[in-house]
Amino acid sequence: MPAVQETIEQVRNIDVDQYKYGFETLIETDKAPKGLNEDIIRLISAKKDEPEWMLEWRLEAFRRWKTMSEPTWARVSYPEIDFQDIHYYAAPKSTAGPTSLDEVDPELLRTYEKLGIPLKEQEILAGVRKQGEPSELDAIDGNGGRKVAVDAVFDSVSVVTTFKKELAAAGVIFCSISEAIREHPDLVRKYLGTVVPTSDNYYATLNTAVFTDGSFVYVPKGVRCPMELSTYFRINEKNTGQFERTLIIAEEGAYVSYLEGCTAPQRDENQLHAAVVELIALDDAEIKYSTVQNWYPGDKDGKGGIYNFVTKRGDCRGRNSKISWTQVETGSAITWKYPSCILRGDNSQGEFYSIAVSNGHQQIDSGTKMLHLGKNTVSRIISKGISAGKSNNTYRGQVSVHRKATNARNFTNCDSLLIGNDCGAHTVPYIEAKNATAKLEHEATTSKISEDQLFYVMQRGIPEEEAIALIVNGFVKEVIQELPMEFAVEAQKLIGISLEGSVG
Amino acid sequence: MLEIKNLHARVAETGTEIIRGLDLTVKAGEVAAIMGPNGSGKSTLSYILAGRPDYEVTEGDILYDGQSILEMDPAERAAAGVFLAFQYPMEIPGVATMEFLKVAINSQRRARGDAELKIPDLLKKVKEAAGTLEMDMAMLKRPLNVGFSGGEKKRAEILQMMLLEPKLCVLDETDSGLDIDALKIVADGVNALRSPERAMVVITHYQRLLDYIVPDTVHVLSRGRVVKSGDKGLALELEKNGYAGIVGEAA
Repeated sequence: MPAVQETIEQVRNIDVDQYKYGFETLIETDKAPKGLNEDIIRLISAKKDEPEWMLEWRLEAFRRWKTMSEPTWARVSYPEIDFQDIHYYAAPKSTAGPTSLDEVDPELLRTYEKLGIPLKEQEILAGVRKQGEPSELDAIDGNGGRKVAVDAVFDSVSVVTTFKKELAAAGVIFCSISEAIREHPDLVRKYLGTVVPTSDNYYATLNTAVFTDGSFVYVPKGVRCPMELSTYFRINEKNTGQFERTLIIAEEGAYVSYLEGCTAPQRDENQLHAAVVELIALDDAEIKYSTVQNWYPGDKDGKGGIYNFVTKRGDCRGRNSKISWTQVETGSAITWKYPSCILRGDNSQGEFYSIAVSNGHQQIDSGTKMLHLGKNTVSRIISKGISAGKSNNTYRGQVSVHRKATNARNFTNCDSLLIGNDCGAHTVPYIEAKNATAKLEHEATTSKISEDQLFYVMQRGIPEEEAIALIVNGFVKEVIQELPMEFAVEAQKLIGISLEGSVG
Repeated sequence: MLEIKNLHARVAETGTEIIRGLDLTVKAGEVAAIMGPNGSGKSTLSYILAGRPDYEVTEGDILYDGQSILEMDPAERAAAGVFLAFQYPMEIPGVATMEFLKVAINSQRRARGDAELKIPDLLKKVKEAAGTLEMDMAMLKRPLNVGFSGGEKKRAEILQMMLLEPKLCVLDETDSGLDIDALKIVADGVNALRSPERAMVVITHYQRLLDYIVPDTVHVLSRGRVVKSGDKGLALELEKNGYAGIVGEAA
């Protein structure tokens, strides 16, 4: 694969620091004062021009949040977070309510160019400058490859969404959640909070109170979304938290594939990211959600980095519906994330494919929940954890078969790969079946890249770093194959970069 | 081409000395057979030549083309032209054999300052070599050595050797696990690589392989030293009388 080669070249090109997205963009920002109280929430709501019901919803969540306490069951440790020391709203000043890229700060556009991932998005973002000329965009996409529509979220606001017209022609709504609340209130009101309720968990409740932006996707009945949809998240401002909210609805027989990418500048202090993603698939609908998460992981001594506390859940509400999560987690100081599926509709299917790479002092506690409620529901979990440096990597998964879920099936495979002697891999599966017809399989392995394997590969003339990347990319192949092609190449590169310097 | 001088080496972890004052010279164009009883240090010698980090050289030197290679890591030695056909080739899950070949060939080319091989050229070369070894191209789509039979693994080793075109080939018990038909095919592959510019060190426990790969010289190893050298007649003698006589003589 050329990707393996590129991985190495990219690794070579990195000088002292391996995190290439650690730059900061200097643009004017409109920021709320630090701290969290009802006034701040009113301010966010007002900035977004929200209807009254939305503000009420937020305030109710905030009041509930004040009675809750942070969860402590995950295998992660960090100093207490001072929630009053965070800016809950930060927006690039010149982009309050942009309608086209011309209104976007050029500095911001350069940022997206610099970020370079995913390649396809960068291409499209550049192409967007010729918005309103779809033919030229087709030309850019010359080789008949798929197009990707992008929603870019910078700190707290969505700055640009591309290909809106083309999507609208197909009946697909793809916009920022703020815009959706204004333009499509009925849809939002009908679905928002129905998968992850206000009271769900500490961070989800906080998100409900203070979320500032995110993406909204609605694919109507029988429509196969004509292109990949993608959101690009970036935390830029100092001391800001990013709380985005994403809602994706696939009506009867609809299909959509959605990609999400994340980066942040390098900072000494920790930053908080607490997102909520809700997916709803009705009868015969399918949603494929892919993430390449590359938040700043902190430096080699474990200083700085993003705290990534995320609630992602999909509801297979209709019969024969399907939701598939694919994630490549390479960044963040702490990852606390369990993309889950509620298999409510009969014959519905849930999938979770995950690659979690930890190096340095990173801590990952991630996995999934598959809740089988309907008959003949099927779930599949493939998790590949790779730990290097002094990191800790935990898979935590729950498979639960309810009383009425006749003939439910689950297959789980968790493999962990250790590089070096100072890292840890942990597998914590919870399995419960209340219906005797359930068929549940669980496989787990933990292995080390053996000296034998490494020696063998190097004996063929492949240098050490490249040999490790090759072995690791082989280990994660099964999951990489689930990613859309553009992302697969990027993901392989990222994995190589994340593991740089992992062998002494 | 290869000059081993008074080599002493031990297992890094335990300090157990395995090679104790080994001398061996193999000229370009020569096929040298290394024979000896179990535990005499044959496989260890092959690992040390390839630079396996589990062993420490405590004394002596290994000269390759007149230069010491002791400071080179395994990848550097490989790029310089040292190839080891493993007795037990490792499985590399998820990495297709074809992909592995490509990465290996191009890594070596890059190290030597050559341009990378274009895909069509690579495919052509691989097809040709696989044909010689009667290997199915479909096999090359499978992850390297994963689920391969013993014979398939050995063929895959020789295939890599043919494609990487090394100058010094070290074959460690390539005959083990091969039936007679496979042995002939593998031997044909090895013989095709014999050339005046290339040296081969063929490590084997039995004479059988040497019926097909006829050596120029035969060296008997015992307790980490070469105790007797001769021509191919020595191998036949060993076959008839066993190691006891020679090893006993030396001791």
